[in-house]
Amino acid sequence: MTARSLLDRTGTLIGLILVAAIFGALVGRQFFAPANVELMARQTAIVCMAALGMTVVIALGGIDLSVGSMIALTTVVIAAALRDGASPIVASAAGIGAAAICGLLNGVLITQLRVVPFIVTLGTMLVVRGAAKGIAEERRIEAPITWLNGLLRTQSGSLLLPGGIWAVIVAALLVGAVLRYTRFGRHLFAIGSNERMARLCGVAISRTKIVVYTLSAILTGLAGLLQFSKIAVGDPTVAIGLELDVIAAVIIGGGSLLGGRGSVAGTIMGAAIMAIIQVGCTQKGLASWVQQILTGTIIVVAVALDRVRSTRI
Amino acid sequence: MTAAFEMRGIRKTFGATVALDGVDLSVAAGEICGLVGQNGAGKSTLMAILAGALEPDGGSMAIDGRPYAPRSPIEARRAGVAMIYQELSLAPDLSVMENIVLGAEPMRFGLVDRHRMRELASAALAQLGHQDIPPEAKAGTLSVAAQQLVEVARALAIGCRVLVLDEPTSSLGRADVQQLFALLERLKSQGHAIVYISHFIEEVKAVTDRFVVLRDGRNAGGGATRDASNDAIVALMVGAAQGDLFPRSPRRRGDAILDVHALEPGSASFTLHRGEILGIAGLVGSGRTRLLRTIFGLEPIRSGRVRLGVVTAKGESESRRADPRARWREGMGLLSEDRKAEGLALGLSVADNLTLTRLDPFGPPPLVFPARQQAASRTWIAKMDIRCAGPTQPAGELSGGNQQKIALARLLHHDVDVLVLDEPTRGIDVGSKAQIYRLIDALVADPDAGSAPLSSRKPKAVLMVSSYLPELLGLCDRIAVMRRGRLEAPQPADGLTEHDLVMRATGAA
Repeated sequence: MTARSLLDRTGTLIGLILVAAIFGALVGRQFFAPANVELMARQTAIVCMAALGMTVVIALGGIDLSVGSMIALTTVVIAAALRDGASPIVASAAGIGAAAICGLLNGVLITQLRVVPFIVTLGTMLVVRGAAKGIAEERRIEAPITWLNGLLRTQSGSLLLPGGIWAVIVAALLVGAVLRYTRFGRHLFAIGSNERMARLCGVAISRTKIVVYTLSAILTGLAGLLQFSKIAVGDPTVAIGLELDVIAAVIIGGGSLLGGRGSVAGTIMGAAIMAIIQVGCTQKGLASWVQQILTGTIIVVAVALDRVRSTRI
Repeated sequence: MTAAFEMRGIRKTFGATVALDGVDLSVAAGEICGLVGQNGAGKSTLMAILAGALEPDGGSMAIDGRPYAPRSPIEARRAGVAMIYQELSLAPDLSVMENIVLGAEPMRFGLVDRHRMRELASAALAQLGHQDIPPEAKAGTLSVAAQQLVEVARALAIGCRVLVLDEPTSSLGRADVQQLFALLERLKSQGHAIVYISHFIEEVKAVTDRFVVLRDGRNAGGGATRDASNDAIVALMVGAAQGDLFPRSPRRRGDAILDVHALEPGSASFTLHRGEILGIAGLVGSGRTRLLRTIFGLEPIRSGRVRLGVVTAKGESESRRADPRARWREGMGLLSEDRKAEGLALGLSVADNLTLTRLDPFGPPPLVFPARQQAASRTWIAKMDIRCAGPTQPAGELSGGNQQKIALARLLHHDVDVLVLDEPTRGIDVGSKAQIYRLIDALVADPDAGSAPLSSRKPKAVLMVSSYLPELLGLCDRIAVMRRGRLEAPQPADGLTEHDLVMRATGAA
């Protein structure tokens, strides 16, 4: 780890410790009880999984606004497949595959039409949401209960943590390794930092971008699977606006919308900060508007502090 | 003659670094003073203090004899000090006149008085002798030279009398430079005090009355420009006596390695050999950069052919696909003229910038182990004397000269056979320039004649564009002149002089 990236992460880490300390003091010691920490992890698992994908997209210098819609589409496809008699594995694969196709579409449109990602994914956000509603015929799809519904449920067995949390941990390690230890990772940071230089250096720009959006969509599909596990139905109206929480987690974690920056560790800490505020406010009996104001303030403060630090260097 | 502005004993430290240690500078009304020095000598810091962007730790300043201590650039402007920066700072979508009065719009009944605005803008442009620039035109549609004039007009419109020009000719062609010099003479005769910062000694000689040299944050000398030779000025800048700036190791022309035939755009035909440096001279805008980019596959080939004869065991390979990735694979690398926009990713580490085109030595594909990447980078940092905290430091934190060395080291790390260099020494200090000259020379040196080349045994081939003619004449074996998008046949550099090249480039010959 470089001195610089350590510094980048220390900022987020200090924020995380501060927020935890404040809510720990407000709520009391039981706030840090294992069961409560696990509750927070379960609360944030969906955002966290999608934010792993968003970290890669933002490091590339892109953005993906269609995340919430993809999650809804995934739940709908999984529920429809289960209803029609597919096994849980096949249903999950179909749901994640549907999300991957959306990501592939995003990548192809961005690179071939040369339209900025914000606009393309603003469009696909509506298209995918519409498709989810179409498939579900504007209703919730009831699905039979399977082991999928237990992914975010507390385990009493030997697993210690719910399977969904393990999935997030494994995905985080994989994405972190890809960003740090592969040629693909070096290339995507190069594109995010200076696309013209990347082109001069012979980086395959279109291919890398398409792979990034698809990879991100697969992670979003996994988030959709967790979402389905939580609500147990295919709901085309679920996760509206969730993309903003996902982007917020990446930004609090040190990602830059200008590209070239972002780390898995930072993103997870960013998501953790948001989860602590959410759970802490609920347990303290604070209204949801307090929680929103707090999260919003933290986003602005995090980015402002980051600017102060980077201009001083 | 009374000084229009005076800086006395200016001190400024950044942490433990002393940037300025008691620097004096005063310029009289109606005088052009050249401020020269290597990168890091303190020119920019001194001018930032004059322009109110930095506060000095010690020393005093005065304008027209009155104490002057600006706390912001706006205060400095109000006091009559204006900076004209290297990068133009106009709003491209606003009109010329809107740009000129920007921040000081004439108001009438709470609304902008467009009639008065036009008068003010026209007056300022007339003062410069440039009524030809239409006040209604959008600034972004003007040439770079005209945009620079608009910036000067903006400074005059708000009554600035001290003008600081920082490398004003870096993006101008020769004719525009002459026009700028005429303008400076005019401003001088109107009683303005002008500070002129340039890396080009020739320009300082041509336009200034007096020069001041900074070295390591101190006054190193100065005097009347007329009485100083180029050698004397350079000697003050570098301190010790300047060694041979353009080394020439023994060279032997080897196999032909790049063959360009009737290439459009560029009308270029030439053959480049190993152990040879071929230079391209020409005015800015004559199509030199475009030619290099076309050869490298960054811009489409309209007709003609580029053959990269990579001599391997398999024989020659002809390249049909023109794209940068194929070029790197065939053993050709390009150094961009625009370091910030295209040459480097300033937010990424030195190591990432240096090794991006060839990551395969750092692990089995698709893996890249950062430790190995950094170890390789450390080798290049040492070999090329790149001043940085280490391979993980972001490239943007380094000085221009060191950044350029990273961009050049990328070609060496890739171990290309053909180095295509576009303005390899633009905007960097004299010390780094000399190092880069030695390096380029070593790359094409004959290995049998003693001096060891930097990477592999076989001498490389270099194709370079430069606007700095002494550099071309000092380094190249052959030089071709580009004029109005057409490349003439290369000539041996031995018989050529700067005068010849200028005559050809401007079409006077």
